[in-house]
Amino acid sequence: MSGGDLVVIGNGMVGQRFVDALHARDPQGSWRVTVLAEEDRPAYDRVRLSAYFDGVSESELNLHTPHDGVRLRLGEPATAVDRDRQVVTTAVGEYRYDALVLATGSYAFVPPVAGTELPGVFVYRTLDDLAAIRAYARGRRVGAVIGGGLLGLEAANALRLLGLSTDVVEFAPRLMPVQVDQAGGAMLRRYVDELGVRTHLGVATTAIRPGPDGGVAALELSDGTALDADLVVVAAGIRPRDQLARDAGLPLGPRGGVLVDATCRTADERIWAVGECAAVDGTCHGLVAPGYATAEVVADRLVGGAATFPGADTATKLKLLGVDVASFGDAHGATEGCLDVTFTDPATRVYAKLVLSDDAHTLLGGVLVGDASAYPTLRASVGGPLPAAPLALLAPDGGGADAGALPATAQVCSCNAVTRGDVDAAIADGCADVPALKACTRAGTSCGSCVPMLKQLLDAAGVAQSSALCEHFDVSRRELFEIVRVRGIRTFSRLIAEHGRGRGCDICKPVVASILASLGSGHVLDGEQASLQDTNDHFLANLQRDGSYSVVPRIPGGEITPEKLIVIGEVARDFQLYTKITGGQRIDLFGARVEQLPQIWRRLVDAGFESGHAYGKALRTVKSCVGETWCRYGVQDSVGLAVALELRYRGLRAPHKLKSAVSGCARECAEARSKDFGIIATETGWNLYVGGNGGFRPRHADLFATDLSTETLIRLIDRFLMYYIRTADRLQRTAGWVEAMDGGLDHLRSVIVDDSLGLCADLDAAMARHVSSYSDEWRDVLDDPDRLRRYTSFVNAPDVPDPSITFTRERGQPVPVRADGPPGGHRRQPVTLGLPEVRR
Amino acid sequence: MNQTSTLDWTAVCALHRLEPDRGVAALVDGVQVALFRTADGLFAIDNRDPVSGAYVLSRGIVGSRSGAPTVASPLHKQVYDLRSGHCLDLPGVAVARHEARCRNGLVEVRLRQEG
Repeated sequence: MSGGDLVVIGNGMVGQRFVDALHARDPQGSWRVTVLAEEDRPAYDRVRLSAYFDGVSESELNLHTPHDGVRLRLGEPATAVDRDRQVVTTAVGEYRYDALVLATGSYAFVPPVAGTELPGVFVYRTLDDLAAIRAYARGRRVGAVIGGGLLGLEAANALRLLGLSTDVVEFAPRLMPVQVDQAGGAMLRRYVDELGVRTHLGVATTAIRPGPDGGVAALELSDGTALDADLVVVAAGIRPRDQLARDAGLPLGPRGGVLVDATCRTADERIWAVGECAAVDGTCHGLVAPGYATAEVVADRLVGGAATFPGADTATKLKLLGVDVASFGDAHGATEGCLDVTFTDPATRVYAKLVLSDDAHTLLGGVLVGDASAYPTLRASVGGPLPAAPLALLAPDGGGADAGALPATAQVCSCNAVTRGDVDAAIADGCADVPALKACTRAGTSCGSCVPMLKQLLDAAGVAQSSALCEHFDVSRRELFEIVRVRGIRTFSRLIAEHGRGRGCDICKPVVASILASLGSGHVLDGEQASLQDTNDHFLANLQRDGSYSVVPRIPGGEITPEKLIVIGEVARDFQLYTKITGGQRIDLFGARVEQLPQIWRRLVDAGFESGHAYGKALRTVKSCVGETWCRYGVQDSVGLAVALELRYRGLRAPHKLKSAVSGCARECAEARSKDFGIIATETGWNLYVGGNGGFRPRHADLFATDLSTETLIRLIDRFLMYYIRTADRLQRTAGWVEAMDGGLDHLRSVIVDDSLGLCADLDAAMARHVSSYSDEWRDVLDDPDRLRRYTSFVNAPDVPDPSITFTRERGQPVPVRADGPPGGHRRQPVTLGLPEVRR
Repeated sequence: MNQTSTLDWTAVCALHRLEPDRGVAALVDGVQVALFRTADGLFAIDNRDPVSGAYVLSRGIVGSRSGAPTVASPLHKQVYDLRSGHCLDLPGVAVARHEARCRNGLVEVRLRQEG
């Protein structure tokens, strides 16, 4: 087969992965693809479904990648397959196929007990299910979950987050019976108990009973007890959706599912099945990794390849109710003669088990509860020799689990099937850091759990991960910050004499200038500090391509009076400055010569403006929407908070610029989630997001804390910013800093919410110092004749303006003349607008 | 073959007007000169950044690379050896250098015209 009409039934995670995989192999589109989707929204990340209750929006869960030529029919489920005519029928019409891929997934299994049809009984499978649960939970008190497996515990957490007191009923004698053993389940239960979720193990639900209003009111259990329940979620497992195949006369697996061979083809050579609906050699797999593997196999086969299903990796690592749980390989010790090594620490509530071969040399599988840091190395070692002594491997920090001991065949990244050999080859080809390895091998680009192993493999290969700032300092910015802070050094000359070499450069000098400024060392142009500043900080304005500068006064929160707006207009007019509204709700005035800067500031400062720090690696702007004051949707005063935050953090020097925004409701008009710290109003307070970025590599900010009071919000932002300033690398935005942090967002929370490092008092004090010592850098220059002397065109001809800066006019405003551009450089051309041509 | 001609010394400013490790611009016979005072002495080069064409080199950060005194263009950070004018990041790129000295507390510059 090499092309024709291809119909895909189903647009879940695996169905979408299949479309993407085929597109990658068949970019010219010899297959004309039609996707029939039952849900009325494109594919989304069902694995992260519960994140919906953490405030993650539908669009962020979206997986859909539009490809040219792919016809996506949303809300149009297939109703029948006619194999003789090679036609799929929907409620709307018929689709002919040369090849058909079934990706129908599975449905939630609902046990046959009375009452499952009552109002208030839900399954936990789709975004619609979750939205319905959320809506029904309003005003309810008690929830119950039938099923204590992975999905059941996720559902329990969701009910907890919705404010319901929660019971979990599990038929097996332990929680998560598929993934963990009895002892692991017991440890897990201790965590669950602590969260206030009540567990009922080894009992079945015998009936669901309605209350007087007709909605669900109680569960009856097999031990004769009854539980109150205003809302019930059934999470008792899944079953493959094979009805279409069954009706079409295709053979099924022994426990259901569309029977396919290792090439994922059914008994009909034109029909394939992928994902949870496929019974590969008779077995259905309910995890996404094996599903993706089937998608890749069929995509390969459809372009003439010979791929076969590599076998299912059922290893799982997840965080349930805040607890790390991992299970891999032969977790239950089913191999004959196998040996267990177990470790239980009730104090730290960590349980770990390794399953070894009968000679104790080969790792077969394992279970980890409470601490899964050893998981990446252990999972990669399954089937091979132990990478270290068992006790070292099971030590709570996984300290003994070093990827350097893995064999070349061990799979380092299971998401993208990358072995240690692949990584080593990439290192030999010159990949010298984690980003290079990610780009070259795709390892670590999906779930990211193997990134620590990539670092270890670089270490093992002897690739030095230099953290030296430049040739003058062997330490990183973070270490330099600590040296300056702890030793109380306040000059660059002392710092480089005691801790560096040479005379410094354009890399280390601004870093040290920023560190000194963050630690509160007076005006940035005082004494020796002046020689450290980049030209922008040196002139407190932004250098432009022609050698002129731009000026940005602070407009906190984007709120400005008409009087001040008029002053800006008058200044721009009088100094003939090009004027542009910025993306941060401010006004940028371009084309100022060095000697004009103090005159411009004088006018602005006299009218009540101050520096906007557009020139600094510092807080820039806190953008805001208009908020509840005017907006009929707003729930909080977003402008008021934005102004308060901007005034609190103005002038704060950081490793890189800092941007922020405040939205007054979930519609998010201020685009807060693209900021270093963004705040979105809720009915009861504020949600704080951190680590967002626009720019070169956009990143949505992560939800850090919810429903905060203004006071708590400000305390957390204080600490977030100060911890960032102390520990980030040079020119590392908060997005990269959060991503690179060992332990990620959880670690950040533990440091600045739980004070796990005992730093918070220090961070709070540092911010208090910043706030109390702030003064306007422009005004400070205007008040000081020595500083003012720097603002001259020529030291020997202060009255002669720089003759190289000349302007022409464009659209009614001055713009630089580019007469003295680089040889062969482009000249400015007028923009010509083409009109669309109408073809007849 | 390059021809180099030198002109007369021009007094520019008092030495104390130059901050250590920072540059200023001076206008000498109509030529924009970037003048630097470093621990290695006084240096003068053309103020024009040969990469961008903008007259900004006097506003760059002064430092050292492998022992050589340097200035980095404030626009795109190419680094120049203050002694030779050679760009240390882009082979073949250089900036004209001039002579600078201090006499009786006055900084003097003498242009070199290389052509």
